[in-house]
Amino acid sequence: MLLGRVIGTVVASVKYTGLEGVKFLVVQPLDKYQKPKGKPLVAADATAMAGPDELIYYEASREAALAMAIPFVPVDHAIIGIVDGVDIPNQESK
Amino acid sequence: MIIGKVCGTIYSTINHPFYDKRKLMIVDKIAPPGIKIDDYLIAVDSVGAGVGETVLVIDEGNSARQVVNDPQAPIRSIIVGIIDDIVINQ
Repeated sequence: MLLGRVIGTVVASVKYTGLEGVKFLVVQPLDKYQKPKGKPLVAADATAMAGPDELIYYEASREAALAMAIPFVPVDHAIIGIVDGVDIPNQESK
Repeated sequence: MIIGKVCGTIYSTINHPFYDKRKLMIVDKIAPPGIKIDDYLIAVDSVGAGVGETVLVIDEGNSARQVVNDPQAPIRSIIVGIIDDIVINQ
């Protein structure tokens, strides 16, 4: 799993069977100091509670589909949880 | 499996039900001789690892699901050991 920041939403009215009602969010992957790293991606929201600007962690590949309510859907990134806090003791220079 | 160093923890209250009461650690990936790679992952702890410890991490879904004994768990990365020493014979 990796950290990410929700930067937007995706609205799709026509979706594959099993994805009805699933929310899609645009996620910017972050490094451990919460600085952007890599290209944004679209993730399905398995918590159904994530919103814009929230710090989240997401899972990729097959495990993303397993996190959804219907487990065998075409999803390759899923938001697993909303981060309350990241604790990195003796942090090096940011 | 990969070798990593635990550098921090993550707290979360709103998450997938599987992750309730599970400890999430930020693990820096390291190359065996101790060289740091600029990459990390968030892994579930199954052995009681703490910050600063060198650990053995599985980053593969099927093995991780076997460790937690749940074939439907949305989990891929899991800490499965605490490393005491690494010896590399050149």
